[in-house]
Amino acid sequence: MAQQTLTTEEQAQQGSLGRFIKNNIREYGMLLSLILIMIFFQFMTNGTLLKPLNLTNLILQNSYIVIMALGMMLIIVAGHIDLSVGSVCGFVGAVAAVLIVKLGFHWLPVTFLCLVLGAVIGAAQGYFVAFWKIPSFIVTLAGMLVFKGLALWILAGQSVGPFPVPFQRMSSGFLPDLFAAAEATGQQFNLTALLIGLVVTALVIYFNVRERRAQQAHGLAEEPFVIFLGRNILVAAGFVLFSYLMASYKGLPNVLIVMFALIVLYAFVTSSTTIGRRIYALGGNEKAARLSGIKTNRLTFYTFMNMGLLAGLAGLIFAARLNTATPKAGLGFELDVIAACFIGGASASGGVGKVVGAVIGAFVMGVMNNGMSILGIGIDLQQMIKGLVLLAAVFLDVYYKNKA
Amino acid sequence: MSLAAQQQAPAAAETAILEMRGISKTFPGVKALSNVNLTVRAGEIHAVVGENGAGKSTLMKVLSGVYPHGEYEGDIYFQGRLCRFRDIADSEKAGIVIIHQELALVPLLSIAENIFLGNEPAKNGIIDWNAAFARTRALLRKVGLKEPPTTLITDLGVGKQQLVEIAKALAKEVKLLILDEPTASLNEGDSDALLALLKEFQGQGISSILISHKLNEILKVADTITVLRDGATVDRLDCRAERIDEGRIIKSMVGRELADRYPPRHPRIGQPIFEVRNWIVYHKEHADRQMIKGIDFHVRKGEVVGIAGLMGSGRTELAMSIFGRSYGQKISGQVFLHGKEIDVSTIQKAMDAGLAYVTEDRKNFGLVLIDDIKRNITLANLEGVSRNTVIDDGQELKVANKFRRDLNIRCSSVFQQTVNLSGGNQQKVVLSKWLFSGPEILILDEPTRGIDVGAKYEIYTIINRLAEEGKGIVVISSEMPELLGISDRIYVMNEGRMVGEMPTSEASQEKIMQAIMTSWGS
Ligand SMILES: Nc1ncnc2c1ncn2[C@@H]1O[C@H](COP(=O)(O)OP(=O)(O)OP(=O)(O)O)[C@@H](O)[C@H]1O
Ligand SMILES: [Mg+2]
Repeated sequence: MAQQTLTTEEQAQQGSLGRFIKNNIREYGMLLSLILIMIFFQFMTNGTLLKPLNLTNLILQNSYIVIMALGMMLIIVAGHIDLSVGSVCGFVGAVAAVLIVKLGFHWLPVTFLCLVLGAVIGAAQGYFVAFWKIPSFIVTLAGMLVFKGLALWILAGQSVGPFPVPFQRMSSGFLPDLFAAAEATGQQFNLTALLIGLVVTALVIYFNVRERRAQQAHGLAEEPFVIFLGRNILVAAGFVLFSYLMASYKGLPNVLIVMFALIVLYAFVTSSTTIGRRIYALGGNEKAARLSGIKTNRLTFYTFMNMGLLAGLAGLIFAARLNTATPKAGLGFELDVIAACFIGGASASGGVGKVVGAVIGAFVMGVMNNGMSILGIGIDLQQMIKGLVLLAAVFLDVYYKNKA
Repeated sequence: MSLAAQQQAPAAAETAILEMRGISKTFPGVKALSNVNLTVRAGEIHAVVGENGAGKSTLMKVLSGVYPHGEYEGDIYFQGRLCRFRDIADSEKAGIVIIHQELALVPLLSIAENIFLGNEPAKNGIIDWNAAFARTRALLRKVGLKEPPTTLITDLGVGKQQLVEIAKALAKEVKLLILDEPTASLNEGDSDALLALLKEFQGQGISSILISHKLNEILKVADTITVLRDGATVDRLDCRAERIDEGRIIKSMVGRELADRYPPRHPRIGQPIFEVRNWIVYHKEHADRQMIKGIDFHVRKGEVVGIAGLMGSGRTELAMSIFGRSYGQKISGQVFLHGKEIDVSTIQKAMDAGLAYVTEDRKNFGLVLIDDIKRNITLANLEGVSRNTVIDDGQELKVANKFRRDLNIRCSSVFQQTVNLSGGNQQKVVLSKWLFSGPEILILDEPTRGIDVGAKYEIYTIINRLAEEGKGIVVISSEMPELLGISDRIYVMNEGRMVGEMPTSEASQEKIMQAIMTSWGS
């Protein structure tokens, strides 16, 4: 019976560097491509890309895509798709604008209300998908049209703005610098930002080390030490450099904090909790999941509700950033969001995909958008290039899967 | 006859239609085949047997081009010529047609459409349906099917679907037909019909390779038997030259004598713990068709209860409808556990009450194939490896490895994707999942389908152990010897009714069949 299994010696061989890289090329490949793309544009734009101002813009521009990609990843893993997120995003922003600007409600309850509205919209679509088994493609295609129309209608075809300052801060505000002198102009070095960056870096490394310890305790540390070390150095360097750059401008944007917290939350939920595990099982084989006692309908319903909530949040952030709600807001966002997930390694047939992948995918798209704009590349060419990058990413995915 | 002797026997090679020499195939972490030799003489029925994971299916995939030349080592000589198949189409052109372990028919297409899928008789891209129907009818006649060619596949039973697969193979000018466990889900009548067909083909000069775990069938038709063990050829038995019996094959397969097919059973049976009363279920689509017509049955503490019956008698429907209404509609009746009525209206509730149902269809209903062994084992009881909904990876790994050891699951590690496991080992993973959910009543639906003799014994042992722990076990099986070998009491089911009940001490195959026969039409 033991002959089937390779001897431990052979297994140890498999743990070797080359073998490991080959087996995990997809996961590291993603991160490496992002870094390469960044270096490329940094070079092409003569250093503009990573200028603190531009970096801040990059974060602000992509925050809503990243936030929606978190929810979309769950939807795709569960074996579905949501085409309505762009419209929902625009609609929620429009509702917020009408309530706050036109009807004069206080922004705080409206913000809360709009998040609920997003969740309700997601739940409504999820209801049809989960309990009536109508393909999500159709339900959300309908939703896309309906909410685009609704946004147009309540805005009466016009832009509505501007928002009160505290509402704008959600997008354009920065974490105050605790160490700044009273007369600070905001242009000096933001020590708080750097410190937070350092603390987060330390935490990330701490958790990585802890995880590796746990793996070793179970004889599972298959990642060669060199790679573990390199990965951590790279991540640490990235975090420190990033926080340094941010600190030398206005500090950490509020959105970044929200976004980062959400990423951590969703990464944790998907990888380490029972509900995350169940979503993967649902996408992998719904029938088997159901027969294992998983309430598959309800779970599907919740993933859509969650998506609606995040789309609502993204809508608020986007409206706050533009400082107006326009009928065109959210147009085509769904494409960027879905592309981010697939670039990030999701499988269209469900059951596969990681939150961190979606985030990296979103930034791959974001950096390309930003870099190409700086270079003055026309929107026509930009679209084509983005399309090809999406295809290439998925092609490589399939290619390596077939080779493995 | 030893392997070395066979290699030196030139007589066999002379008339060989197929010779596979020194075939090796490695998957990441697993050496599935190492230096396997297989010689099939022209016009013979050649059986390939071996334990689960021995490499039978893999060898056939190498032969039929599923794993193209370059992905394996060794040579394939077909009709004396060295062949390097690039894909299945390539091997089919040479006359080798494989029917896989899992049927590959499109359910919503007709018989004719399926038979000619991919090689439709067409002129300028326009299908000539008249020609297709005429040929289909001829082919169906050859395999003994009377259905019209327009019948949809979904409307056929598994046995007939299997025959359609064969008709499809015949449409391709087959010289060597490979059947990978064709009878695993067929009842005895259908199996016999299929085997008779193979004999008939033999008369027409078509050779076949038959893979099966049902050794009695193999003895009925095989001319030669090649035995694989752990990815290597260990024996080649010539049924025409010497008398071969099951014991002889088993000895080669497992490498030792297997004195008994069933572990000894010392039942300690207590009070009834599980009872179903007046259970009525209607068809899941046709609301006016009653599938289960008022069934009563019970299980005692520590008892293994068998449910016998023919294909389509409603046994699976009964079990699934009890398990959280996962089959059917308009379900009525009562279920009692320890004398108290329990709510089994959802799967979750049924599981919470202490029921578990091990499906007969492991690929579709049992496993998340893209997930690894570990994740599949814990899926039905994630609470058991988590605290406050956070999964404890170390704990999960421990659980998975425990079951891997206990049930002797053959894999490179518990991180192996279940899609890559051999059929028998997949079954053990499904079983592990339900054992880990800690049920009080375990319902096993065809638990040994496609499983080798050794693994069967292991599974029977597990069943015994659970019964000894005081659980109630229900085994649904189409193999009557198995039911007679492991259960304490047998129910006979037919057309949605219990038509017989007997203690195993008084039961026999004849009595079971008689109960079924006398119930027809009553
Ligand atoms: N694609 C694959 N990747 C990795 N391992 C594989 C793959 N396919 C098969 N194996 C392994 O190769 C071995 C042989 O498998 P195979 O399916 O040929 O067994 P089998 O003799 O047909 O068993 P069964 O009687 O259960 O069908 C098993 O250990 C299996 O886990
Ligand atoms: Mg097999």
